[in-house]
Amino acid sequence: MNTLDPRIKRLSLEPSTEVEKTNSHLITYEVFHQEKRGKHVTHVGIVHASNPEMALVMAKEVFGRRGKTTNLWVVKTSDVYTFSSEDEDMFETTPEKTFRDPAYYKVRDRIEKFQNKNKV
Amino acid sequence: MSNALKDLLFKMADDALIIGHRNSEWTGIGPMLEEDLAFSSMAQDKIGHAQALYKILNEVLGEADADTLAFKREEKNLKCCQFVEQPIGEYDFSIVRQFLFDHAELIRYDMLTQSSFQPLAQLAKKVKGEIKYHVMHADTFIKQLGNGTEESKARMQSSLNYAWHLALGIFEKSEFESDLIAENIFAGEDELKKRWFEKITPIIEAANLIVPATDESKIVYGGRKGFHSEHLMPLLAEMCEVVRTDIDAEW
Repeated sequence: MNTLDPRIKRLSLEPSTEVEKTNSHLITYEVFHQEKRGKHVTHVGIVHASNPEMALVMAKEVFGRRGKTTNLWVVKTSDVYTFSSEDEDMFETTPEKTFRDPAYYKVRDRIEKFQNKNKV
Repeated sequence: MSNALKDLLFKMADDALIIGHRNSEWTGIGPMLEEDLAFSSMAQDKIGHAQALYKILNEVLGEADADTLAFKREEKNLKCCQFVEQPIGEYDFSIVRQFLFDHAELIRYDMLTQSSFQPLAQLAKKVKGEIKYHVMHADTFIKQLGNGTEESKARMQSSLNYAWHLALGIFEKSEFESDLIAENIFAGEDELKKRWFEKITPIIEAANLIVPATDESKIVYGGRKGFHSEHLMPLLAEMCEVVRTDIDAEW
């Protein structure tokens, strides 16, 4: 695990003697794809696997066999925290709050300028 | 020297072609969707390696074109080892074969990046990454299944035992061995075998499996000299079926 970022676990290609013991059935991993170095990773789907190493191995062919890929991330689906779908109403009025959008002010300034000019 | 080179390229290309065809037999019946895709995709990579090697034989060494070399040669002229000819069996065998075969491939291509024969050195640099993945795939499964249930462990061990002396046939030496080494084309099968054994031993042990004992008299040689198992002929019949319906057809 040689990495400058201690939060990230990188898969080493050198034969490791570390073995993650698991007798569990296959679980799902969320797969994130990175097209170019420095670009955001994008969620692309899921794979079934029994451990993170196998999830990466599967993700490589399922999501990386066409087009350009520089890296992939996998995250255990059960490690993803999300809102309940019935709480979607929390977000309902957000699109109306245009004052939160910086672009709103730019337009606002121009409108006010126009209104002032035409007041007289 | 060109005979020595041709011999090396033919055995590598024929190995890749035959293992590629064999592994493609899993397409559609793999143990799970993701693995079906991965195994099929790797089988295609192997056919690609064969094609690239036949292309060197054609363009640099004056042999026929890749299609002719792949589909129109007689069985006795093929130089693949008998290991790659074996039927896919159950998944344990196919994974064990990938593990044993691709570790040898990775080291062979790695050695060839230093080859004095430039077309081969360039190809080796190009495909190394693909084979690295094939090895990683095999290692993951070996470790997982070796450390899995009683059944998975037993299956892996018995496939490993069965595959062992077939796999050692990969390193069958040719009559040109000393020429290849002297000309810095390839450091030789003995060197390859040594590195291969050093590489796979810790992985087999990490998988909680036992490295089978080698009995020199049981190693399955012959393939490199054109002596093949009974499994190759039916494979060729299927692989070449379309081409043979009209041998001179233009595609």
